Amino acid sequence: MPGLTDHFVVLEVVLPLLAAPACVLIRNPRVTRLFSLGIVAACFAIAVALLIQVRGGGVISYHLGGWPPPLGIEYRVSTVNAYLLVLVTAMALVVMSFDSRGGPPRVSESRRHLYYAVFLLCVCGLLGITITGDAFNIFVFLEISSLSSYILVSLGGHRRAVMSAFHYLVMGTIGGVFFMLGVGLLYQATGTLNLREIAERLEPSLDDRGAVLALALLVVGISIKLAVFPLHHWLPNAYSFAPPKVSAFLAATATKVSFYLLATILFVIFGAPFVFGELRLHVVLMPLSILAMFLASGAAIFQTDLRRLLAYSSVAQVGYMTLGLSTANATGLAGGLVHLFNHAVMKGGLFLVVACLLHRVGAVHLDALAGVGRRMPVTCAALVIGGLSLIGVPGTVGFVSKWYLVSGVLERGWTAAAVLILLSSLLAVVYVGRVVEALYFRQPAEDHVRPGLREAPFAMLAPTWILIAAAIVFGLTTNWTYGVAAEAAGLLLQGGI
Amino acid sequence: MSAETTILVAILLPLAAAVSCQVFGRLGHPNLRDLATPLIGVATFYAVWQLGDGVLRGGRPELVLFEVLPGVELAFQVEPLGLLYGLVASGLWIATSIYAVGYMRGHHEKNQTRFFTFFALSIFAALGIAFARNLFTLFLFYEALTLLTFPLVTHHGTSEARRAGRIYLGILLFTSITFLLFAILFTWRLTGTVEFTPGGILAADTSSGLVTVLLLLYAFGAGKAALMPLHRWLPNAMVAPTPVSALLHAVAVVKAGVFTILKVVVYVFGLDLLRGGAASLTLMTVASFTMLMAAVVAIRQDNLKARLAYSTISQLAYIVLGAAMATATGVLAGGLQIAMHAAGKITLFFCAGAILVATHKKKVSELDGLGRTMPWTFAAFFVASLSIIGIPPLGGSWAKWYLMVGALETGFPAQAAFLGVLMLSSLLAVFYLMPVVVRGFFAAPPGGDGGPSKIAEAPFLCVLPLVLTALLSLALFFAAPDLVELLTF
Amino acid sequence: MTSAASFTEAVSGLWVYWLIIVLMMVGLYIVIARDNLVKKVMGLNIFQAAAILFYVSMAKVEGGTAPIVPQDAGHGAGHEGHEILYSNPLPHVLMLTAIVVGVATTALALALAVRIHREYGTSEEDEAVAWDMEHG
Repeated sequence: MPGLTDHFVVLEVVLPLLAAPACVLIRNPRVTRLFSLGIVAACFAIAVALLIQVRGGGVISYHLGGWPPPLGIEYRVSTVNAYLLVLVTAMALVVMSFDSRGGPPRVSESRRHLYYAVFLLCVCGLLGITITGDAFNIFVFLEISSLSSYILVSLGGHRRAVMSAFHYLVMGTIGGVFFMLGVGLLYQATGTLNLREIAERLEPSLDDRGAVLALALLVVGISIKLAVFPLHHWLPNAYSFAPPKVSAFLAATATKVSFYLLATILFVIFGAPFVFGELRLHVVLMPLSILAMFLASGAAIFQTDLRRLLAYSSVAQVGYMTLGLSTANATGLAGGLVHLFNHAVMKGGLFLVVACLLHRVGAVHLDALAGVGRRMPVTCAALVIGGLSLIGVPGTVGFVSKWYLVSGVLERGWTAAAVLILLSSLLAVVYVGRVVEALYFRQPAEDHVRPGLREAPFAMLAPTWILIAAAIVFGLTTNWTYGVAAEAAGLLLQGGI
Repeated sequence: MSAETTILVAILLPLAAAVSCQVFGRLGHPNLRDLATPLIGVATFYAVWQLGDGVLRGGRPELVLFEVLPGVELAFQVEPLGLLYGLVASGLWIATSIYAVGYMRGHHEKNQTRFFTFFALSIFAALGIAFARNLFTLFLFYEALTLLTFPLVTHHGTSEARRAGRIYLGILLFTSITFLLFAILFTWRLTGTVEFTPGGILAADTSSGLVTVLLLLYAFGAGKAALMPLHRWLPNAMVAPTPVSALLHAVAVVKAGVFTILKVVVYVFGLDLLRGGAASLTLMTVASFTMLMAAVVAIRQDNLKARLAYSTISQLAYIVLGAAMATATGVLAGGLQIAMHAAGKITLFFCAGAILVATHKKKVSELDGLGRTMPWTFAAFFVASLSIIGIPPLGGSWAKWYLMVGALETGFPAQAAFLGVLMLSSLLAVFYLMPVVVRGFFAAPPGGDGGPSKIAEAPFLCVLPLVLTALLSLALFFAAPDLVELLTF
Repeated sequence: MTSAASFTEAVSGLWVYWLIIVLMMVGLYIVIARDNLVKKVMGLNIFQAAAILFYVSMAKVEGGTAPIVPQDAGHGAGHEGHEILYSNPLPHVLMLTAIVVGVATTALALALAVRIHREYGTSEEDEAVAWDMEHG
């Protein structure tokens, strides 16, 4: 078809959007699974193609319906978000291909097509947020992804999953409304919704209360979705009661997209000179990030359920990312962005390990996992490697993130913060150590002995190990990850997207 | 074979040993498994030895694998200190892998395949450290060594072993992450490079305070060097099977720590930057303190392995002292001590393990009269003790000699004090090592009639290596001139 | 300007904002303080309504009329010699979307509340939480 490649940008979003109702119409669980897998694979291919096109400073601007901005909605792809598109679609692909039997155990065969529809909508929302250049459009996609992730979380099977989904919904909606108000104020001040136009027309200063208020509303709104400490309360429950596949996907993508959004707003719309020069946002953001690192990691130490442990660790890892953001220099910002990718890979992999364990062992609290390491060596090896990466052992992606975050923080002159980053990774040693000890050193209690315990099925292990292997490969070669992140950080600091 | 390939082969051979352990272990051929490891050990040693010629002639063979971070490569380079450390680790691995077979079977240990696998992997990490061309590569393998030795420390899986494992990981990761990594990143920030460069990479006008802080960060960050007060992991690690204590916790792991300090002093700071400065004096003081304190504590230990562990802490401080002098002689002495102490201390641990296998005795106070039933073991213990104390004609004496010479070259007003410390420390070594020999040979066995007793040595595979390493201590005395030539910068 | 005058101006001139803020806070208070899940949802609705009101008020142009082109006006300009002043249509359109989002959120929240009621036998959050505490 002539010109199809020109429409890649919009297809990236439209494909999953249209595929979702199609799933509802198809109904057959097996066909919907293959169909949605195909759609996600296509999105992934498009994302890679887009990244290759824009790598090295190119920008693709697509005008929806042929209306040029600022009247029409503009979709815009540059290195910053192409990178994220690849991440989101890749994670969706891996999670989709995980476990050939399909959706979460709780969802009955006859309803499985709905699960795929919701999943595709979630992917669509996340891709939309990333790709669009229109502020209100972001809000719409934000709500699409949020609404579908509430549903996904509620499918966890445990009754508390529903309660967690409800809490997540309340927090998420409040965040969404804040975001909407912030966009409204920006529109009031500039008369446009196009992000670049807003950035051009807005000349924020401390006296301009509208701008400051808009910034506050936007930052708080996104911080809720991103689970920035202390607005993280919904996250541990949501991630620990959601189906583990869903946790893997959301942990790897939803918070990452929110982080991108936060970076865009701070650096592109308001600009680093205002946010960090005049307003001195880092005075708040840096201590909060460090608190998140310590308190959330500290909380993770005391968890007895592996999923909760990983969820709290996610809150801590968001702290690393926002810390990178608050340095507002190229190294630190690149560190935050590369950690976005790195954390997605390792935490996605770890939650998939949880899914494997849950499938075989039936529970993932540490007592139930006692001695499992000998019975499921391949699965548990993945858990150990993922854990080492959380600690930031050299040779894993976690180390690469730490290297640049600490460098960026040192460059900023925050020596104490640098020490604190390193100290906080020792907390990770403790909580990872507890898991390892349970897996390999503890004897299973009487009621947890499972004679027939075997390795997880290949269909689960393969996607898990793809992510875990990526955590090592990208820990040793950083051309793509750090290279792209550095380029993106450079763009962001210049205020471009 | 080109030097590049040789480096790769030397580093990969222990990996191959690990794989062969797994393969033979899983197929159920323990004999083949235990035969393969020493053979691969010999090949590894040979490969490292091959590199020696080029290094002696001033060459610095290199192997660059790939770029990890922009400006930071995973790269190897063989220089004299690394060559020496590599030779020591791979050479003594041969002896240990023979000894371990006798020990593990004689002591009926479980999970032998896992044990030998991680043992080989640890050697892989040690060689990676030895040949690291930059701080990143060094740190990568340094952390790998910590993690790979963890299953060896906790081998028995008892609550005691787990507790020791926690302390082991706790201290080693704490120091390496908070101090060493911080120091590396700070160096990166200051200089924009992490490559080991002759003459150092830090600018000559770096302020003395900063240099001192950085040097201490490196010295304590290399927690494997067991400088007091960060030494507690080492006595705790003694719960591991004796071959682990012998090769790893007397040679490969602890030497990785002091080796890091030596490398950093020579190639990151540069001797000129440190010589005669506050940083040098501070670290010398810390080392002297550790040397004496550990020796005093050693005297009070009744558990033989614990006593040897504290002796190791004390002896490691010699190397740190040599590095801290920041003179050519000091570095030379440090390098010599790496080799001399390795040969001596591994013999002592082999003896301790042999006694354990033969008699199940762990305490010094239980050794009365054992020398008569285990003459080879105790003779070897005696020879190695003399080397550790520093009495000619044994290897250890050279290291002590050059250290004393080095101490007098530092030019500090208090240089005589360091001389005194060295002498006192040797005296203390007599006090913690000789009682073992004296009890073994001269005390009457408990409840025995004092009559002639039967020879009841440990299995042959245990005794042979310890005799060989004792002889090595002797041989090193005569080989010293070659080592001196290698290490003269 | 005296502070009293500026206060009066802040109240009278910006009364729409005050209204919106009060509405928001009422909504937020209900979400936080009420344990009944359905009431929480209603609180969220009020909260959202406040934001929608904000957009709508923003679109108001002094003396403007509905942005519909009169049939006799040709191209929308130049009616009886002077231009027609329209209210800004864009925020209204945006709010149509926002209302849809709000309805979807409410529907989903109510659906979850039904599920919770089925699982716990109560629609009161505190009772459900207490039940979880008891039964692990």
